[in-house]
Amino acid sequence: MYELREGEFRNISGCAISGIFSRSGNRFSGRRIIDSMKVMHERSNGLGGGFAAYGIYPEYKEFYALHVFYDDTQARKDCESFIDAHFDIINLSRIPTRKTPAITDEPLIWRYFVAPLPTRLAESQLDEKEYTVRCVFAINTSIKGAYVVSGGKNMGVFKAVGYPEDVGEFYKLEEYEGYCFTAHGRYPTNTPGWWGGAHPFSLLDHSVVHNGEISSYDANRRAIEMYGYKCTLQTDTEVITYIIDFLHRRKGLSFKEVCSVMAAPFWSTIEAMPEDDRNELIYLRSTFSSQLITGPFSIIVGFEGGIMALNDRLKLRSMVVGEKDEMVYIASEEAAIRVIQNDLDRIRAPKGGECVMFTVDKGDE
Amino acid sequence: MMIRAKGLSTREINSAISAAENKIDIVDCFGERFIGCGSSGRRINITGTPGNALGAYLDGSEIIVKGNAQDAVGDTMNDGMITIYGNAGDALGYAMRGGRIFVRDDSGYRTGIHMKEYGDKKPVIVVGGRCGSFLGEYLAGGLIIVLGIGCNTFPAGFFTGTGMHGGSMFIRSAVPPAGLPEQVIVKQANQSEMSLIKDILKEFCSYFDISADTIYDRPFYMLTSNSKNPYKQLYTEN
Repeated sequence: MYELREGEFRNISGCAISGIFSRSGNRFSGRRIIDSMKVMHERSNGLGGGFAAYGIYPEYKEFYALHVFYDDTQARKDCESFIDAHFDIINLSRIPTRKTPAITDEPLIWRYFVAPLPTRLAESQLDEKEYTVRCVFAINTSIKGAYVVSGGKNMGVFKAVGYPEDVGEFYKLEEYEGYCFTAHGRYPTNTPGWWGGAHPFSLLDHSVVHNGEISSYDANRRAIEMYGYKCTLQTDTEVITYIIDFLHRRKGLSFKEVCSVMAAPFWSTIEAMPEDDRNELIYLRSTFSSQLITGPFSIIVGFEGGIMALNDRLKLRSMVVGEKDEMVYIASEEAAIRVIQNDLDRIRAPKGGECVMFTVDKGDE
Repeated sequence: MMIRAKGLSTREINSAISAAENKIDIVDCFGERFIGCGSSGRRINITGTPGNALGAYLDGSEIIVKGNAQDAVGDTMNDGMITIYGNAGDALGYAMRGGRIFVRDDSGYRTGIHMKEYGDKKPVIVVGGRCGSFLGEYLAGGLIIVLGIGCNTFPAGFFTGTGMHGGSMFIRSAVPPAGLPEQVIVKQANQSEMSLIKDILKEFCSYFDISADTIYDRPFYMLTSNSKNPYKQLYTEN
């Protein structure tokens, strides 16, 4: 029997998010993010959980790490011949998992460290990142039964249908060490048919975990698809991921500017600002009006060397940020931070629309 | 009686509260939700970070938190007292209809959203620090006091009093509020108006060991709704 897959019906989500980041770039075990998520168990319902991890593949940090789900071996063969035609495959393996009763119906889960084939890359007249993005979209839209979960350098996404703490156990996340982990526990009201619909969503090194339900989804989707992005899953988080890629990588906006576009202040608030700020925000709101995201959301964005968090401008979802020495903790609930670090230097709830960002180099917020 | 909350379910914690004679200490608290929900006649001391909807529907018990609370503290609370030695999250006192909540430090967005009063039921929220945006949104009754201690700007975010149509707010501030909606009337509180909140301020100061001098060195702005019934013709003549 053919079952409707994620993307062929609409999903509505509640959720939990958490992120841990080392400003000095020190690597730590994925165990901590699992412990953080466990406290927010009630924010999920077992229908999706996942993690993004950064700094986990130092020995392959020059190569794109493709994490791929396959329905069957035929999908794998088709996809591998595509990858082989477009990339040098430096290494490939199954992603190690452990059997756990809480996680069932797993697809085939593979990992490839690749570099674009120089001849194909030159022929395409694209830069390396755009070339890789187009290959990822080609796999996701044209190879039946194959789905690229993540494809950034020195990072990876691990996700499944299940509670986040079980997903972490399944992927042996405690065996990975990174300088940044983000996580998501999902609470959709319709049964997701498929693992690909769990968070994080990612493109290149950007990954997004999201709590909320944006009301501008379709307007955002129509706008972003005009720039060549393919929304295959009808999930608002996917569209947020592509908006961030579009504004940051392609348009060159800083993350702070990206936040001012996605969670632009109200016109009445802009009117009351000093002239320079006002002019900048009027420019951003006017130029990128189709990338304004309305409705409730709190998101954590992981990227190479940094982490960013943002609430919708009305702050319809909760989020707190804690700091202890060089470590940064961001979560839907304070308890999810306290359980892994109770002795904090400071803790605060960012305002709606406020860009919270930390990077390894400068440690700036 | 003492409970280690970590890992216990809401039901287990609240059953223990029901079974306790009077006083109960909850320690090791990490996000457990609905603590003290609907309870009366108990004194509940919490150390840690209680989860969302702490004291929801509270009906007379006293809850004391040594730490920060999360979202929706005192949701639809009917009677009793919640004292927080730290911060509270968003939607503090959501639709509260009786009792009191004291927060030593800051509270989040939508503090006191849609509080209401009837007869002798008059809810009170006092926040020592500052609040997020939408303070007193849709306020229909009761009293909200924001002291802005340690805050040199207006101690609330944007859109204070949006949709307010009853109750009152007293906001201690070095600068007057700006951008209030049309149906909200604002004035600097005079002596007789200040006398309405004198006792509650005294009590708040004694709870948190704050000297009264630091409270009265700045004006309080009193916000009330326009008594001309702004929604008179909204649907039908009423």
